[in-house]
Amino acid sequence: MTAQASEARELAAVIGLEVHVQLETETKIFCGCSTDVADAEPNTHTCPVCLGLPGALPVVNEGAVEAAVKVGKAIDADIPEETTFHRKNYYYPDLPKNFQITQYDSPICQDGKLEFSVEGERRSVDIRRAHLEEDPGSIKHVREGSGPLESRTCSIERADYTLIDYNRAGTPLMEIVTEPDFRAPGEVRSFLEKLEEVLEYLGVFDATRDGSLRIDANLSMVDAGEVDDAGDIDESVLEDANRTEVKNISSHKGAEQALSFEASRQRKLIQSGRAVEQETRHFNETHGNTVSMRSKEEEKDYRYFREADLPPLRVSHWKDEVPIPELPDARRERFVTEYGLSEEAASKLTSTKQVADFFEDVAERFDANLAATWVADNLLGELNYRDMAITDIDDRFDEVTRLVELVAEDEITAKNAHETVLREMLDTGDDPDTVVDREGLGKTSGDEVQQAVVDAIDENPDAVEDYHNGEDGAINFLVGQVMQKTGGSADPGDVNGLLREELES
Amino acid sequence: MTEYNGYVTDETIEGADDGPLAEKTVAVKDNISTEGVRTTCGSAMLSDYVPPYDATVVERLKDAGATIPGKTNMDEFGMGTTTETSAFGAVENPAAAGRVPGGSSGGSAAVVAAGDADLALGSDTGGSIRCPAAFCGVVGIKPTYGLVSRYGLVAYANSLEQIGPIAPSVEGAAELLDVIAGPDEHDATTQEAPEADGSYAAAADGDVDGLSIGVPTELLDGADEEVVETFWDAMDDLEAQGASYHEVDLPSVEHAVEAYYVIAMSEASSNLARFDGVRYGQSGGYDGNWNESFANAREEGFGEEVKRRVLLGTYALSAGYHDKYYKKAQDARAWVKQDFDEALDDADVLASPTMPVPPMKRGESLDDPLTMYLADANTTPVNLANLPAISVPAGETDDGLPVGLQLVGPAFGEREIIRAGSALA
Repeated sequence: MTAQASEARELAAVIGLEVHVQLETETKIFCGCSTDVADAEPNTHTCPVCLGLPGALPVVNEGAVEAAVKVGKAIDADIPEETTFHRKNYYYPDLPKNFQITQYDSPICQDGKLEFSVEGERRSVDIRRAHLEEDPGSIKHVREGSGPLESRTCSIERADYTLIDYNRAGTPLMEIVTEPDFRAPGEVRSFLEKLEEVLEYLGVFDATRDGSLRIDANLSMVDAGEVDDAGDIDESVLEDANRTEVKNISSHKGAEQALSFEASRQRKLIQSGRAVEQETRHFNETHGNTVSMRSKEEEKDYRYFREADLPPLRVSHWKDEVPIPELPDARRERFVTEYGLSEEAASKLTSTKQVADFFEDVAERFDANLAATWVADNLLGELNYRDMAITDIDDRFDEVTRLVELVAEDEITAKNAHETVLREMLDTGDDPDTVVDREGLGKTSGDEVQQAVVDAIDENPDAVEDYHNGEDGAINFLVGQVMQKTGGSADPGDVNGLLREELES
Repeated sequence: MTEYNGYVTDETIEGADDGPLAEKTVAVKDNISTEGVRTTCGSAMLSDYVPPYDATVVERLKDAGATIPGKTNMDEFGMGTTTETSAFGAVENPAAAGRVPGGSSGGSAAVVAAGDADLALGSDTGGSIRCPAAFCGVVGIKPTYGLVSRYGLVAYANSLEQIGPIAPSVEGAAELLDVIAGPDEHDATTQEAPEADGSYAAAADGDVDGLSIGVPTELLDGADEEVVETFWDAMDDLEAQGASYHEVDLPSVEHAVEAYYVIAMSEASSNLARFDGVRYGQSGGYDGNWNESFANAREEGFGEEVKRRVLLGTYALSAGYHDKYYKKAQDARAWVKQDFDEALDDADVLASPTMPVPPMKRGESLDDPLTMYLADANTTPVNLANLPAISVPAGETDDGLPVGLQLVGPAFGEREIIRAGSALA
């Protein structure tokens, strides 16, 4: 091929993902140790099983299986009659038994799919399989020295010794493998955002947990001409293309960054006539690049065989029995049709399951639009401004509902409710009634207003005369007077009406 | 300590004040975890390993009031037929001077034969309870896979092995089985025996009137003459008490030893992978990267036979060989199981000599591992088929060497083999 022709060659990216998510269960996948290890001292949440002590045996955590079935349902996957566990054998210090219990030829979920949007367009990616496995422990490479441990943590090349913490060993993981259906790094980011949303809705995933999401991505570049209109590519073309695996990605943004770099790197190689090596590369988040790790020729032989300590699971009927909540897309659509909300409002209100649940509680008691304004605009706005999440106030929903009630029943103005009461509630932790009393915001009672109207008329004969002479604008002056007398808490519209009544009588 | 080297660790573990085993001493094989007491598996790799937990069977022993006098010597990690591969020295046979006690539970059988313990626990992966029971002239039972919890048993081949009782009499073994048997939430492969009908001890009533015994001819072919003779004398004894026997054909057993060893070695290569010098064995002080350090620690910590089996097992599972060896062995296993199940449709129990040879002379076997493996021809098929079996003393050769008779029952048919065996011991 001439230099010109290879430069002109248009290339398309083909990307597949292996996503590891930590499932939110009370205890580990094969033992009763707690998974709540975030602030724990190293090696304090362990037992003979997750330490892999001689003689210890794994027993499956029902909660982990239930979580896996929920995921399967949400991605429309098949759950086979029998699902089995296998051993993946390799040596590494973070692996207590020097094998990992995982699934091989009969994973718990097969042939699912996930729909998501990329820049307004609907896309669907096929999910080949999703299976359960155990997390290894965590490793720190350390330099000798007198400083605190964190400051002496380094790469393996510079380390004097290595520390191992088995608290994480045995945490349930789900590995979700997609078909190579992605055609651009941006698509991957949107997919991951959607996947996280669905998993959080199911209650099986917590994005704030350190290390809860790990992504390996496979990328090859093929001739753009090989991609048909539907986005499909011939199997043989995919097999021939050299593929790199990128590891060490732990965020959506990181995925997009890593894959953009990798696609660009491969494109440059191909267009200058060089070959892309089939290899594994390590993503460096700080530098935004990928570095070669090992050639795929050195691929390990894991000697997979059945885990005899765990009988097969027969849980296909669980698909019918295990309930899952309404998923985000369906809920968004229902908010539009059932509550008559705009797409935008519906989107905001379904951003998390907690927000959506709270909105529906409020909408049950008050007008849907009022509820929508209060939750989507006012509440979320104030929370955002204070860098707070809806879950930070989930024990104060009663108070927020009370605030909406005060507005709905006309006891305080909407303006005061938002700008004063809500903000003070969030800043001081006081409940709405306390704030209202303290600030004297309760809408003045009917008698007080009536008195203020009468007084304003008595005290301002000139304005009254102007009004009677046809100057309708004079009423505004009088409204102002009444507002002053009532400290601004009367309702201006009401005052206007009361004045006219009084003046006409 | 005993002069025949029956114990690795001499340390008494007291049980509850009373219970079905109160006043009894029960020695425990050194691959069964005892909290706070060294558990070596007969290996240098674990010479300092003290488990922080009790195996379920040990808990049950203690609850039943038993006293544990010590941890018995064994072939390293259960791999052997003569208890000569232990890092803590070989065990002598108290019932036959100059001869091996059998293996791998040689220490357990020896302490019972010598009367230094009332009872003992052993483990049986391919014959490791039955072989030493036969060679030492005592009773040993390998329960149905899944009857007794393996939680705390250091794994050698986890799809094949069971913990079981060794005793001077069938009734004694049955009493011990009553204590240790039953489902355990820590072991997902255990299950309740269906039709649990009275204790195992009650089944040791010696009533074999009308018992139908199948004798697989393949398990007599090629066996030592005197062993065969002693076997038939014992069969005559059973006949005299009302039992009857007929010949059966088990063509699959010809492949049992090969299938057993491929499967056992493959599982062992994975079960023993954790012993890498990081937490067990000599740690550090080696040159090279992690893999090199692990290899060095294992080279030093494991004996010859263990290394042989780990290498062969790794090979049998590796890419390109997995189907040829491991998968084929699993197919053979299914065939063996089918053969036994069919034979047991037409017989209450099956009978054979436990071992095809009398106890070997000490020091003879280790140079010829293949011949040693073939000695397991009569015991390994039972583990492949997941069935229960008992070895009872059948008599002695002219030289006074013990010979055992093996009775195999249907799955969870421990009562059948206990009943039949109790007619002889």
